[in-house]
Amino acid sequence: MSANSTPAGADVAAGGTDTRTRGQQAAVPAQRANRRKRAPLSENKRAERKLGWLLCAPAALVMVAVTGYPILYSVWLSLQRFDLRFPAEREFVGLDNYVTVLTNDFWWTAFGVTMLITVVTVAVELVLGMGLALVMHRTLVGRGIVRTAALIPYGIVTVVAAFSWRYAWTPGTGYLANLFSDGAPLTERASSLAIIMLAEIWKTTPFMALLLMAGLALVPDDLLKAASTDGATAWQRFTKVMLPVMKPAILVALLFRTLDAFRVFDNIYVLTSGANETSSVSMIAYNNLIRGLNLGIGSTMSVLIFIAVAIIAFVFVKLFGTAAPGSDDGERR
Amino acid sequence: MADTTTRAKLQWGLLNAVVVVFALIPVLWIMSLSFKTPATLTDGKFIPREWTLENYRNIFDTDQFVRALVNSIGIALIATAIAVVLGTMAAYAIARLDFPGKRLLVGVALLIAMFPQVSLVSPLFEIERQLGLFDTWPGLILPYITFALPLAIYTLSAFFKQVPWDLEKAAKMDGATQGQAFRRVIAPLAAPGVFTTAILVFIFCWNDFLFAISLTSTERSRTVPVALSFFTGESQFEDPTGAICAAAVVITVPIILFVLFFQRRIVSGLTSGAVKG
Repeated sequence: MSANSTPAGADVAAGGTDTRTRGQQAAVPAQRANRRKRAPLSENKRAERKLGWLLCAPAALVMVAVTGYPILYSVWLSLQRFDLRFPAEREFVGLDNYVTVLTNDFWWTAFGVTMLITVVTVAVELVLGMGLALVMHRTLVGRGIVRTAALIPYGIVTVVAAFSWRYAWTPGTGYLANLFSDGAPLTERASSLAIIMLAEIWKTTPFMALLLMAGLALVPDDLLKAASTDGATAWQRFTKVMLPVMKPAILVALLFRTLDAFRVFDNIYVLTSGANETSSVSMIAYNNLIRGLNLGIGSTMSVLIFIAVAIIAFVFVKLFGTAAPGSDDGERR
Repeated sequence: MADTTTRAKLQWGLLNAVVVVFALIPVLWIMSLSFKTPATLTDGKFIPREWTLENYRNIFDTDQFVRALVNSIGIALIATAIAVVLGTMAAYAIARLDFPGKRLLVGVALLIAMFPQVSLVSPLFEIERQLGLFDTWPGLILPYITFALPLAIYTLSAFFKQVPWDLEKAAKMDGATQGQAFRRVIAPLAAPGVFTTAILVFIFCWNDFLFAISLTSTERSRTVPVALSFFTGESQFEDPTGAICAAAVVITVPIILFVLFFQRRIVSGLTSGAVKG
């Protein structure tokens, strides 16, 4: 009858986990006492655990199988000379691929471009996103329209938006290129990078704004009213009241956007194909793999990008400690 | 007093207008291009001088686009269905049950949400070639499910934490069976969350470009975003711009419909999953 009776028969292969859990028989919360089953609490508890594992197993298996194993395999591939055009020459070369990549100018140029795009877009998006969040949260008229419009850049296929920007900046075809008449902006490095960043910012500012808006909703109105009664200016209310309350939301938004920006690929692929040294690290990893068919070098870049992202995430979590997502999961409702 | 509120309303109205225009211009622009005739395509005007549906007719006449559209829809729907089912199971367990390893699962999901997808491209390319999954639907569905799962788990567990589960108990007290309590009471309450998650996951799968371009090589499983980047026109001298724009508009329509009809849900889904996650 009770929800727990069904999985009690089904057995979960728990193995090592089971022995670990037997040690930590935590105090059973009081509300569990009113479960309908009369069996001893520990059995009830065990059934709950089994159900929990059973329900989570498929999701966990897929996630680990599709990311965990390939990333390890990637490390293995990165230690080999492995060019699909010359499969006979495949051999173990230790760290040679890493030396090749890390002493290569193209890699460092791409790395610089990626960092530049990441830093600039995230900074601009934070400011614009905060503005947009305030507009969406506080506007007196047409809130639904603004929110709907803001969701369109979030939802639209990045490649579609990138084509729109590409044609807008193509001389002759585009309405924007004609405004800044001389030359073709997508054939020069600085203007290409600026357009890539514009496209990124357009696409992802709404996402940033939505995350920030969730933070704004946590700011109590009473607090703002009290501050304004005490004579705080709008700016003071923003910096002294709203920002501190929103800090966790801001950090989550920054972390996710930074990691996302670091992976920039679609916009560059469509806008410039990486011409004029506008490739990002994702772009050259892709080029080495699919165009160059060089699995060894491609995997090396994959591993290096993975390490770079891990470092960024680590720095965020270290810097912001408890404000990082996940660390307070379960406590907050 | 009335004066200041009208002024405030005007100011907000102006701000809103800026936001709406900024958000819509690229979309309107690509629509405009898709309706232009080849002769006026390069006139640089924002509003077409001559309207035509020829671009749309042309792309639906080509196998290249129709096949890609079928692939896009099929792959995104299957991946969404599987991810939502697996995500619902896991999220229910996270929201409702107490078991060791729960935090580990949440942590793994968070790690995958941060995972650089390009790092998987090289190994998956090689693994899928060996398994015969390269350039097939499952070859794309698998990574989509994987990267959609964290999103699904976070959004759904946030929703499930808000469902008043005591109602289930109350229904059973009133004589409903476990199945009835679930069907009549819990399912209707949880359905909006599941539906919202499905939309978010679908948008994610629909948008992907990196996996789609790396793990496919023919029309067999190429999705529309990738097909777009391969449009070249019938001959070297034919400009594919009109066709690309028309195809782009076609795959933008479902997104715009989702956003129009489910704006509130999408906003709440995105924010609840992100903040509480």
